[in-house]
Amino acid sequence: MNRINKKLQEDKKLLSIYFTAGYPNLGDTEKIIEDLENSGVDFIEIGLPFSDPLADGPTIQESSTMALKNGMTTTKLFEQLEGIRNKVEIPLIIMGYFNPMLQYGVEEFCKKCQKAGIDGLIIPDLPVDVYHEKYKQLLEKYGLRNIFLITPQTSDERIKYIDSVSDGFIYMVSSASVTGSTSGFGEETKAYFKRVNELQLKNPQIVGFGIKDRETFEQATEYASGAIIGSAFIKHLNEHGTGNIASFVQNVKALT
Amino acid sequence: MSYQVDEKGYYGEFGGAYIPEMLYPNVEELRSRYLEIMKEESFQKEFKELLKEYVGRPTPLYYAKRFSEKYGTKVYLKREDLCHTGAHKVNNTIGQILMAQKLGKKRIIAETGAGQHGVATATVCALMGMECIVYMGEIDIDRQAPNVARMKMLGAKVVPAKSGSRTLKDATNEAIRDWINNPVDTHYIIGSVVGPHPYPDMVARFQAVISEEIKSQLQEMEGKEDPDYVVACVGGGSNAAGAYYHYLDNPEVGIIAVEAAGKGVDSGESAATSALGKAGIIHGSKTLLMQTGDGQITEPYSISAGLDYPGVGPMHANLYTSGRGEFISITDEDAMKAGLELAKLEGIIPAIETSHALAIFESRKFEKDDIVVVNLSGRGDKDLNTYIEYFNL
Repeated sequence: MNRINKKLQEDKKLLSIYFTAGYPNLGDTEKIIEDLENSGVDFIEIGLPFSDPLADGPTIQESSTMALKNGMTTTKLFEQLEGIRNKVEIPLIIMGYFNPMLQYGVEEFCKKCQKAGIDGLIIPDLPVDVYHEKYKQLLEKYGLRNIFLITPQTSDERIKYIDSVSDGFIYMVSSASVTGSTSGFGEETKAYFKRVNELQLKNPQIVGFGIKDRETFEQATEYASGAIIGSAFIKHLNEHGTGNIASFVQNVKALT
Repeated sequence: MSYQVDEKGYYGEFGGAYIPEMLYPNVEELRSRYLEIMKEESFQKEFKELLKEYVGRPTPLYYAKRFSEKYGTKVYLKREDLCHTGAHKVNNTIGQILMAQKLGKKRIIAETGAGQHGVATATVCALMGMECIVYMGEIDIDRQAPNVARMKMLGAKVVPAKSGSRTLKDATNEAIRDWINNPVDTHYIIGSVVGPHPYPDMVARFQAVISEEIKSQLQEMEGKEDPDYVVACVGGGSNAAGAYYHYLDNPEVGIIAVEAAGKGVDSGESAATSALGKAGIIHGSKTLLMQTGDGQITEPYSISAGLDYPGVGPMHANLYTSGRGEFISITDEDAMKAGLELAKLEGIIPAIETSHALAIFESRKFEKDDIVVVNLSGRGDKDLNTYIEYFNL
């Protein structure tokens, strides 16, 4: 069974952490992954840096720019991930924009993911209909789950369509925003979480955007299976380097 | 086979809407309504009236006698430089502001490189009394101070894009982010035939007035609607899309697209996207773009700020790969000379973008009886400083 699906069966609120590969230093990938697993995180999203990350706010964009300056490339990332499955069991998801994958060759990219033990992909600018038509079979062939985003503006009908082509979880964007730009959840957001929850989707939902500490984690997971932290973790790495990852995770979530 | 957009939003293999889900409702709203709105009688009436009374259309089609004599062929200039605000850009912003009103939007955002599209957007926002926010790369803000001042006079807020390379592509990223953050009340006026479907088609339709006028003007002057060639400069490609529009599917009319070679196609400082680009995704569209082997988008270079976009509209990518269009790239040096030459031969100072299109006559030869229409997309006032420095005027 795919590690993502297996993890989703656990009876707890799941914490997913995003980091940008190649940041703060080119060689930090392995250490960050190991520390996150040891700290009790449930999923890791490895960001493949892109020059023009449209859906991201300044924090993640700056980390991407820095990672590219540090020399991160698709090839380099796969090199760094080569032995990772001898060290960690945690589900690993690559999050990246579509153009670098296209240039690498989508099939070759998927093949390398499988080889490295990657469990799924999040490609924010690959729309669901193009995925469905052109790439679904390819990802499935290499055992990869594709994770789609939904937002408060996504219609129920479209959410159901996304649910029908998904196998894993649905990435529920908490508000109409780019990453890293919200603070706390208002009534409107909670109503949206509840509305999606009531759709009784086959895939669990994990909330992303605007989660940064225990309070926002708990709010986000009231109606969802888990939550994703990205920008707040990047800020932590920026301020404290990679030496202090466990304490960041503990501030969000008691070890279970 | 048609070179127009197909019903899925593609030109051949190019186009589509490669957008994050956060943008889907905005783009889908526009996609599902733009054709029907454009067909409405009230829309057409208002659009045409504004083009006539506010923009000053139709723009003349001028037979450039001395220029023609020099190059031994018949050259007509489509005088988009005489549009209000000095370039063709306003055709699109007039269309889009009316579209925004029909969609019930209250707030307008735009990106700009050199500031021409920003000025054209700020102008129509002033005209309609709408809030206007223009994203502009921090570096471009320094380089294009007069246009920044124009936008401010027109009541727009100019927001510096401080991310990435701090130029046009980053301003576009910031505008897209703004739209993600403001999904309900905001319309994004893209300045060229780029971005996710339906933008390339919608902008081309608003600019299509250029070739519509060429047809009737040429009929009057030459007794036929079709020239042998239509020539236009291409950055993102909106003036070219407008000049080609009604000729795209007429194989009797040759299409010539002129890109900026910068310091030379192989110099590493160029904006010749067709020659240097590979298929990929930029700003929500599958098209040809300049990028590293690893798929990171690179920064183009041209002396003309309106041509240094790392991508090109998907219509043009298809014209290039299908062979329908003839693509020529022109260096800074040849463009500058051509601009000066037109000033001396015809008394018209062109924008440096347009000078690229004029420069092809040195090397691309035409028959004596050929009718060649060059789209004179903009006037050179905004480029005076560059001309002054280049020629020590």
